[in-house]
Amino acid sequence: MPNKTFFWFFLPTGLAMILFIGLPIISTGIQSFYAQHDQVVKEVKKCDPFGCTVSIVVDQEATSVLRDERPLGKFNGFGTYVDRNHLAIEQISEFWDETDTLGEFIDQVTNLPFYKALLFTLTYCLFVTPNVLLLGFIIALSLNAISRKIRGPLIFGTILPMIVTPLVGSLVLFWMIDAEGIIGANLQLMMEDPYLSLKSSRTLTWITIIIYGIWHHSPFAFVVFYAALQTVPQEPVEAAIIDGASRYQRIRHIVLPHIYPVVTFVALISLMDNFRVFEPIIGFSAEGSAQSLSWLIYDNLVNEEVILFGSAAATSMMTIIGIAILLAPVLIRTWKEFRTAR
Amino acid sequence: MEYGLDKRSNALKTFNTTFIIIWLLIACFPFIWTFWGSFKVRADFFSRADWWYAISAFNTLIETGGQFTLNAYSEAWTEGEFWKASRNTIIVTVFVVTISLFLGTLGAYALSRSTERYAFWILIAALIFRAMPHITLVSGYLFPFFELQIWGILPTTIVVLVAINQPFTLWLLYSFFKTVPKELDESALIDGCSYFQAFRYIIMPVMWPGVITAGLFSLMLAYNDFTVTALLLNQENHTMVPKIQSYLGTNQHEGNLMWAVSAVVSATAPLFMLVMFFQRQVISGLTTGAVKG
Repeated sequence: MPNKTFFWFFLPTGLAMILFIGLPIISTGIQSFYAQHDQVVKEVKKCDPFGCTVSIVVDQEATSVLRDERPLGKFNGFGTYVDRNHLAIEQISEFWDETDTLGEFIDQVTNLPFYKALLFTLTYCLFVTPNVLLLGFIIALSLNAISRKIRGPLIFGTILPMIVTPLVGSLVLFWMIDAEGIIGANLQLMMEDPYLSLKSSRTLTWITIIIYGIWHHSPFAFVVFYAALQTVPQEPVEAAIIDGASRYQRIRHIVLPHIYPVVTFVALISLMDNFRVFEPIIGFSAEGSAQSLSWLIYDNLVNEEVILFGSAAATSMMTIIGIAILLAPVLIRTWKEFRTAR
Repeated sequence: MEYGLDKRSNALKTFNTTFIIIWLLIACFPFIWTFWGSFKVRADFFSRADWWYAISAFNTLIETGGQFTLNAYSEAWTEGEFWKASRNTIIVTVFVVTISLFLGTLGAYALSRSTERYAFWILIAALIFRAMPHITLVSGYLFPFFELQIWGILPTTIVVLVAINQPFTLWLLYSFFKTVPKELDESALIDGCSYFQAFRYIIMPVMWPGVITAGLFSLMLAYNDFTVTALLLNQENHTMVPKIQSYLGTNQHEGNLMWAVSAVVSATAPLFMLVMFFQRQVISGLTTGAVKG
């Protein structure tokens, strides 16, 4: 296809992506260097028969004029990045000097908002991704062994958790797990603890969200693995059976190597999706004990008084860096393949 | 696996069947339960006294005189203005699907027929764009949109959703176009068609399965989106998913939680029916991207 034709065919979609994905990333980058204006204060002298007092009040007018003049806020450089709500460099060095043991230091650091969120996000990724791969693979193997006639409805049932939006999925689970729901109430009965509830403990909340994550993402892994299983060649499997290979050996040495590229694909996609975990935190109303990076950004953007663009943008930039680190191995591999192919 | 030579033991078979049944219960029961509960009153579905009320409908009988009640639905759809939200969802979904398919097919066709190196890099760039968390993009949009005064209205959201959707649509359609032999459009070009004519009259007619799959995924993205619609639309223009969230926020009102329950059922049911109808396309879409790409 000639370059000119290609250009015209690609222009609309390219324009859409540059304008609404490329530019916003740049806009986020710029915003992250600015912070909202401080309120302008003025001194007011108040006199009464007993003397004069000077009090400091917020000058509403001047503040709004300043905001209208420079809506982006004041230039802050990397100030937002290192403040207490983000990398908190100062606080960390303080903790380092003050605390005696490493455990105490880590405790203090993970109480800072950014590190708290990072810790949850990474924990979530670390527990959900491998379990999703494992569960998806097992479901695919089992369903593949079931008679073809009834597979259709079974597959439909299996993919239901995946097709609902995470908010709805987490709500549906939350209503069952909550103290007033069917599972929560029965757990209270079983444990004989009338105060047992999701919100009562941080660990419990984390476990619930992780279980939700596995429930929501496994169907995706299942679908991809199931399709890949259909392409496994039959001859080597039959040969292995004749040679007396056990079921486990066949899966380990024939099926797994064949679907290996697909496994890395699923791992990558689900890692990327898990890294931006956000909606379940709202669905489970777990803001108190579990916060993710995406949730921090959301929280800044729905701030009541003034939207914290700078703070949200700084967290966004660091999230993007995180995604880049996750993606780097794949990009490097693709680049190498591309070079050898040339 | 169904291998003729492999005589499976009965124990394994039983284990397999039990596992599938348990998994299906875990996957489907929450939805069945919510559906069932949406016809009860709040005191039953969220019972402080006894969870069995949700089944025996103790309070529902007292409050409404029947085992099942449609109160939650009628209140959410009228008083809760869920009709407005579903109307907005329909508008957003229809436009997003149409526009992203139009842009996506053109772009993906060009990518699949180009032998230049930049086509490869465009696909890689699309992959990187696909990985961007939507909330980080939204934090980039909000400020310029406020300044341009295009925040809060449906058209902005539609354009944004189309753009966010493009990387995935491109990858999906690209792998579908790759399966259509090149000779088909080349012969049309030799016969004197322009590239656009070859695309419109020769390629598109054989591409329907791919287009339907891509359309379904755009639909699911637009229909399910929370991050973009919640932050880029004003209260008046909210679609279904942010609306459901807004019912949760005002917990002091007795009826609201049941509104959320019935709204969840109302929003999920059409999606389930659609997927049931197009199940084959959904699965082929998920796997083409994976197995070939």
